[in-house]
Amino acid sequence: MDFNDTKEEAQFRKKCKDWLESNAKYKAETTPQNDDFANKNKIEEAKSWQKKKYDAGWAMLHWPKEYGGIGASSMERIIWANEESKFDVPKGIFEIGLGMCGPVIMEYASEEQKERYLPPMAEGKEIWCQLFSEPSAGSDVAGLRSKAVQNGDKWIVNGQKVWTSGAHFADFGILVVRHDPNIEKHKGMTFFFVDMKSPGIEVKPIKQITGGSSFNEVYFTDVEIPDSQRLGEIGDGWKVAITTLMNERLAVGDADGADVEDAFRWAKRQDNLGEPLLNNQAARESIADWYCEKSGLKNTKLRTMSALSRGDTPGPEASITKIVSAGKLQDIGNFGIDSLDMAGMLRTDNQNVKGFQNAWLGAPGLRIAGGTDEILRNIIAERVLGLPQDPRADKGVAFKDIPSGKN
Amino acid sequence: MNLDFSDDQKFLQDEARKFLTKEQALLRNRTVLEKNNKVDKDLWEKIVALGWTGIRIPEEYNGLDLGHLELCVIAEELGRFLAPVPFSSSVYLFTEAIINYADDEIKSHFLPKLVSGEIIGTIAVTEDLKAPSENNILVTENNGIINGKKIAVPDAEISTHSIVVCKCESGISLQLVDLSSPGVTIEQQETIDDSRGHFLINFENVKSNLIGDKGNGWKSYETLINQAAVFFSYEQIGGSQATLDMAINYAKERYAFGRPIGSYQAIKHKLADMYIALTLAKSNCYYAAWALSTNSSDFPSASATARVSATKAYQLCSQENIQTHGGNGFTWEYDCHMFYRRSKLLSLNIGSLSNWREKLVTSLEQSNIN
Repeated sequence: MDFNDTKEEAQFRKKCKDWLESNAKYKAETTPQNDDFANKNKIEEAKSWQKKKYDAGWAMLHWPKEYGGIGASSMERIIWANEESKFDVPKGIFEIGLGMCGPVIMEYASEEQKERYLPPMAEGKEIWCQLFSEPSAGSDVAGLRSKAVQNGDKWIVNGQKVWTSGAHFADFGILVVRHDPNIEKHKGMTFFFVDMKSPGIEVKPIKQITGGSSFNEVYFTDVEIPDSQRLGEIGDGWKVAITTLMNERLAVGDADGADVEDAFRWAKRQDNLGEPLLNNQAARESIADWYCEKSGLKNTKLRTMSALSRGDTPGPEASITKIVSAGKLQDIGNFGIDSLDMAGMLRTDNQNVKGFQNAWLGAPGLRIAGGTDEILRNIIAERVLGLPQDPRADKGVAFKDIPSGKN
Repeated sequence: MNLDFSDDQKFLQDEARKFLTKEQALLRNRTVLEKNNKVDKDLWEKIVALGWTGIRIPEEYNGLDLGHLELCVIAEELGRFLAPVPFSSSVYLFTEAIINYADDEIKSHFLPKLVSGEIIGTIAVTEDLKAPSENNILVTENNGIINGKKIAVPDAEISTHSIVVCKCESGISLQLVDLSSPGVTIEQQETIDDSRGHFLINFENVKSNLIGDKGNGWKSYETLINQAAVFFSYEQIGGSQATLDMAINYAKERYAFGRPIGSYQAIKHKLADMYIALTLAKSNCYYAAWALSTNSSDFPSASATARVSATKAYQLCSQENIQTHGGNGFTWEYDCHMFYRRSKLLSLNIGSLSNWREKLVTSLEQSNIN
């Protein structure tokens, strides 16, 4: 066991660090998370940071050179992400495009399309979104109903997508739709990419419980998509969608926001019935448990990196990250607010309190987005532990005959 | 970056697993439990013959001169098979105490015999129905003579020697006692897991030798158990993995309402939670093992983190394994209860969950999170 970088890794880390230090500022102790990307300035800020990285070769390290990357190893990519995360730089806007849309374009688009779309994506000039979920297709995303009908060398799309991050500022989107409801559910889908400025596309932001709007409803009314923008064969939509989902960020991110260190620092300073909150036994036990979870995730990541560093495929350990960190975020939010007693209800300028309140309000979303706690447990049980699937009512039946209930 | 065991260490672990499988260690544990044998001497002798008792002992004393990490992989396997042997008492605690605190004369007498199995050791600390602490130790030491009573001492009957935590004029001291000395009486105590014998020892004017600094014994004891916590945690994750595996297998084979119970989400989610707890604990154990083997400055928090998460994981896995087995899990015949018992026993040996949580937060207070 050895926690030190290899000589090459250390050199690469230094390179990352040097560049970041001369181009960005380190994060302050507490940065309350803000999920409102509707703000134009924020988008511009994010675009200019992405451009800066692109120009210096840091934008898409693992992509091939011809599309704007440097063909870096997974390990180098992790080192970069690790160093960048220490700096106060805009994030979140490009994750879906670069993490999910990029790989699918890379795998399924024509050479000409790759050259046209990938570099501007890497540069942050064009933003991409992912149009998968629908009002009646959440955890069961293959239950989607948006319709595509072929008409010569075009497809006409009608329907509605929902929970589309960044659709309101995206230039392009990847889209999976149903081309045939008369055949089996998973066989009746086809995959496209679409210009978000196409006539017939209407984007309506969803106001979240946080008050912010990072997601949208996207309505399609007779939207024309050229057949050349089909990714994969007709009927391969689900297969392509799965590839996309598999390409989700290598190291699934921890939930951003208040963490055990914030709770610990706060408990040291916060008065509780005349004593520091940290003297309270219940507070101490909670902090101990969160610290164990946080360290457990961190060390799990180190084990994953060890496997990568040796050139092995990481095990399934990383699948636990979101379940553990989103739940912890909610608990810490509750803890911080509760520590103020009645005053915990008040919105204040205190950055710590804001951090706890944002954690509390944001955590329910994190426990749902990108796979609910329940779906992730199913995935662990079936794919990691090898337990059998539930019997299903949607296999071997034409899609139109599957019971649908309330949307 | 390499948070993993070396190929040699993995080989050692593999060999240990093969050995314990071949020796039917789990069945031996049941026999000890049912026959009130307190220990499996035959298995212990075989373990001694493999050299595991000398893993950490330097070559000059006939040991294998390997590191803490080798001990961790062995501990994981002993935990997986519930091996009913005095390994934790004699190796994690007694041997480490001799290596850390004894003078050269004691070392050259004890270490080769610990390797050969002529000496088996344990440690005696608890005295009453409460957690022992620096301020409540009543067994006294005066001019090397000790008096008083210790309870819940693991493996005392098979042990030749014990380290006894004593109150002396200047504080606490660790005293080395030959358990065959006049004035020592040993009595078995019934426990919640009788596959591992625990005993009451009475000391009446018993001769002893000081090891470590006089008056400073509590600090030495704490250092010792912080270190042992890593090995205990490895036993705990070995046991957690065994119970998770049992639960998975049963959930695949047992049918209810026409399908395997493992196809129900109530069972899937339970097993997923066991997997999550185990994965967190395992990763924390890896880090603690590294911190121990490199004497890292964050070792106290690393070992407490491993210990807390391993205790929680084993508790969850062993109890939910019974639940997954339904009525069968509650029978004496199925092995589930042996793991349930051992998980509780291991969570109490070297201190309870709540006291380890407290240690963890105390170590955070002493670190630089401001």
